[in-house]
Amino acid sequence: MAIATPDRPTTAAPPRFFEAATPMPDARIPSGPLERKWTHRKFENKLVAPANRRKYTVIVVGTGLAGASAAASLGEQGYDVQAFCIHDTPRRAHSIAAQGGINAAKNYKNDGDSVYRLFYDTIKGGDYRAREANVYRLAEVSVDIVDQCAAQGVPFAREYGGLIDNRSFGGAQVERTFYARGQTGQQLLLGAYQAMMRQVQAGTVTLVPRREMLELVVIDGAARGIITRDLVTGAIERHVAHAVLLCTGGYGTAFYLSTNAINSNVTAAWRAHKQGAWFANPCYTQIHPTCIPVSGDHQSKLTLMSESLRNNGRIWVPKSAGDRRPPSEIPEADRDYYLERKYPSFGNLVPRDVASRNAKEVCDDGRGVGDSGLSVYLDFRDDIRRLGRPVIEARYGNLLEMYNRITGDDPFETPMRIYPAVHYTMGGLWVDYHLQSSVPGLFVLGEANFSDHGANRLGASALMQGLADGYFVAPSVVPEYLASARFTDAPANHPAFDAAANAVTGQLDRLLKVGGATTPREFHRALGRLMWDCVGMSRNQAGLERALREIPALRAEFWRDIAVPGTADLKNQSLEYAGRVADYLEFAEVMALDALERAESCGGHFREESQTPEGEALRDDRHFAHVAAWEFTGVGTPPVLHREQLGFEYAHPTQRSYK
Amino acid sequence: MIVNPAPTRTAPKGMRIALRVWRQANATTRGRLVNYQLDDVSPDMSFLEMLDVLNETLIKKGEEPVDFESDCREGICGSCGLMIDGRAHGPLAGTTTCQLHMRTYRDGDEIVIEPWRAEAFPILKDLSVDRSAFDRIIVAGGFVSVNTGAAPDANAVLVPKGDADLAMDAAACIACGACVAQCKNASAALFTGAKVSHLSLLPQGGPERGRRAIRMVQQMDAEGFGSCSNEGECEAVCPKQISIGTIARMNREFTRAALDGAS
Repeated sequence: MAIATPDRPTTAAPPRFFEAATPMPDARIPSGPLERKWTHRKFENKLVAPANRRKYTVIVVGTGLAGASAAASLGEQGYDVQAFCIHDTPRRAHSIAAQGGINAAKNYKNDGDSVYRLFYDTIKGGDYRAREANVYRLAEVSVDIVDQCAAQGVPFAREYGGLIDNRSFGGAQVERTFYARGQTGQQLLLGAYQAMMRQVQAGTVTLVPRREMLELVVIDGAARGIITRDLVTGAIERHVAHAVLLCTGGYGTAFYLSTNAINSNVTAAWRAHKQGAWFANPCYTQIHPTCIPVSGDHQSKLTLMSESLRNNGRIWVPKSAGDRRPPSEIPEADRDYYLERKYPSFGNLVPRDVASRNAKEVCDDGRGVGDSGLSVYLDFRDDIRRLGRPVIEARYGNLLEMYNRITGDDPFETPMRIYPAVHYTMGGLWVDYHLQSSVPGLFVLGEANFSDHGANRLGASALMQGLADGYFVAPSVVPEYLASARFTDAPANHPAFDAAANAVTGQLDRLLKVGGATTPREFHRALGRLMWDCVGMSRNQAGLERALREIPALRAEFWRDIAVPGTADLKNQSLEYAGRVADYLEFAEVMALDALERAESCGGHFREESQTPEGEALRDDRHFAHVAAWEFTGVGTPPVLHREQLGFEYAHPTQRSYK
Repeated sequence: MIVNPAPTRTAPKGMRIALRVWRQANATTRGRLVNYQLDDVSPDMSFLEMLDVLNETLIKKGEEPVDFESDCREGICGSCGLMIDGRAHGPLAGTTTCQLHMRTYRDGDEIVIEPWRAEAFPILKDLSVDRSAFDRIIVAGGFVSVNTGAAPDANAVLVPKGDADLAMDAAACIACGACVAQCKNASAALFTGAKVSHLSLLPQGGPERGRRAIRMVQQMDAEGFGSCSNEGECEAVCPKQISIGTIARMNREFTRAALDGAS
C-alpha cells in the first residue's frame, strides 16, 4: 500500500482518507471499436487444454444467478469446481425473489431494439457512472443468456403461436423484457441451479451447502482459498484452490430493513476487502419506491411490489400536514397528487429514485399517512372506475393479494400504502474488465461486484448481469487467469491458512466471550436506523459526518455489550448473525465516507448540496466521473482512495429531466 | 383472491399468545415441546416475526433462541416451513409460514409449533431439518442436458402456450417440503412429480424425459420417502398450490419409460 499526502490540508481534524500515490492499475479494457472489444478479448485470452482443466480447482462462493451459472459453466468445461452456499440448498439464493424479468436485446418485437440501444439505455440509466466497455459486453451477451435459459427449460411466458412473449419494463421504450409470470428470478435461478446439479452428477462440481465463508486466504499476493464455517457442526474448514469467485450478492441489509433476504450479508465481500480487494462505490444503493411500509418495531424485512403498479395507481397524500382523516373522507380538493403536479409529463412513472425521494419529502413534511406517518397512498380508485375491477384484478391480482396478506387491507376498498425501501446495491468489490478484483485470482460476479449499473440500475437488468457474468464472462476470463498465472505450492497447512483459520476462530471466541446484554438484532436495527437516516435516500454533509461519528461508537458498544448465547461448535444462528453485524459495523463506515466524498448527486445517490434550482439531482462530471475504489488499511483507520476515471466515447453524458 | 376481506380490524394490538415449541439440541438428542408465553403480539407481525420476538426475549435471558430457517420472507425461497397446529405452513391455503400473519390468530390462542417430520428430513436443531434429499433427487435427473453456449435461438423451438403455462404451474415449486411433512407416508411424490412434469411438458426436456423420470423416482425411493397413496394432503398444504395432477403425470412418464426400457 502506498500512502501519499492527506487529501486536504490538515487542521485540527485528522484526515478521513488518503489519496493513492500510485496510479490506478489497468482495468484491462480492450482497445478497438466498442462492438469488437469482447470478441477480440475472447480471442486474446489464453486457453487451458481440455485434458488439463480438471487439475485446476475453482471455488465459487454463493450460488445465486451469478454463482450457479459460473459453477455450471466452468464445470461443463471440465474444471474442478467447489460451490459453497450458506443455505441448505443452492436454490434458496435471493436471486429467486426477483419478480419482473430479464432484458435481452433480441428485438423480437421489431420495435427498434438493438445491442447498441440496450447498451445506451443502461449507460444513461446508470447516470454515466459505469464503464462503456463492460456495459456493451453485457448488452451483447444478453441475447445468448435468453437462448441458454430457454434451452434449459425456463418456462418463459409465450404467445399463442408458441413464440416467447416480451413486455416493456421500468419505463423502457422497447419491449425487451422476458418474463416467467411474476417469478422470473425463481425460474432463471432454477435453470442455473439445475445446470449446476447436472455437473454435480457429472462429478465436476462439488456442492458444499450450509457453509459460510469467513476468510479469504491470500498466498504470494494471490487468492488461494477460503476458510468456511460449517453452519451445522461449527467446524472451521480450509479449502484450497487456484482461483476464488465471489458471487455473494449485495449489502442492502446494512440498512437492517430492506427487500433483501434475512441471510443476505456483506461478510464474504468485506472479509475479502480486508485481505486487499478494493471496495468500489459503496454509496450507490437503490431505493425502490413501491414497497409495503413498515408496520412496527417487529418488522424484519420489507416486501417489494412490482413498480408496474404505478401504471394504474395514482400516488397522493393529504394537502395539509396532520390530516388524519381516513382516505375515503379526504375530498379531491384536499389531496395532493404530488408526482403528477411536479412532473406533468412523466407523472406517477418518474424513475425509481425520483419517486422515492419525493415520497420521503412529503412524509418529512408531516403529510405521510398510516399509523407511522411513513407512507403514501397508491390509489387504484380512478382506474377501477374507468376500467372496471376485473381489468385491475387481471393485471395485478397476485400483487394485490400479497399486499392484502401482509397488511390486512383490501386495495379495492381502500388505497394501498407504499414507502420506499432499500432494494439493490450498485456498489461492490472493484473488478477490472476480467471481473478480477485487486487481488489476483479473486473474481467477483453479479451484485457483489461494483457492476455495470453505474449509479442506478434499470429494471430487469440485475438478472441479466448476474447471468452474463456467470454464463459468459467467467468462462472466458477465469481460464485465461489459470493459463497465465504461475502457481506456487499452497497446501492447506500453509502458514497463511493457519493464520486465516486462527483469525476466524479468534473472532468467534471473542463474540461468545463478551457476554453482554444487547442482541445482534438490536445492534443491527440501530445501525440500520442510522444508515437510513444519514446515508439513505437523501444525503447531506452534516448527516454523513454524524454517521461517521456514530458508527465507530456503535461498533465499540457492540464489542462491549453483544449477547451471543450458545457455543461455536454447534448450529448457532445468533453467532452467525453477530458475525455479520460485526462486519456491517465496519463496512458502514466506508459506505458513509464514500457518500460524503462524492459531493455530487448521481443516480441513486442524492446529495442535497448538489441539486438543480428545481430540486432535481445535479451530476458533477468534472469532478466525479470516476469510480471510487477504497483500499482497506485497518478498522477505524483512514482508507486509501483510488480513482478510476470513466471515459465516454460513445454515450455522451446528458442531464436527466422528467419534467 | 383476497384472503383478508375484512377492511377494518377489531383484533386488539398486543395479543397474548401461548406457544408450545419443539426444542431439540441436535440430530441425536431427544426433543420435547417447551411452553412459552408472549404477551404483546401485534396482529401485523408475521408468524416468523413473532418467533423473532420470542428469540429476542430468550437471548436476553441468556437462553438459546429457537433455531428455525427463513430467508426471503416473501414466500418464494422455500427456506421456511413449520408444522403449525399439525398443519404444514399453518391454517391458510396457498401460504408459506413467512406469509402467515398473526392477525389470523386471536388473543389467548395456543399454538403448537413443530418441525417437518419425515425420516428423509432428519432434524438438525429445534425446528430446522435437513432437506438435502431434495437436491439429490434433482441431481439424479432434474435438468435439461444443455451446455452453456450450445443453445439455439430462444425462438427456434416453439412451445404451445398451454404447455408453457402448465409447465410454469409445475415449475413454481419452492422445495419447502410441506408436501412431505403433511403426507402420512412422508412421500416426496409432489415435489418429484412437479419437476418431472415441468420438464416433460416442454420440448426442451423431451429427449431425456424417460431416463429423467426413472432416475428421479429411483432416487426418491432411495432417500427413504414413502409411497404415494393418493391422500391429496400434499396438494392441500402446498403453498404454491401445485396440483397432484403432476403426480399422475410422473407416474405416466415413469410407466411409459419403463415400458420403453429407459434407464
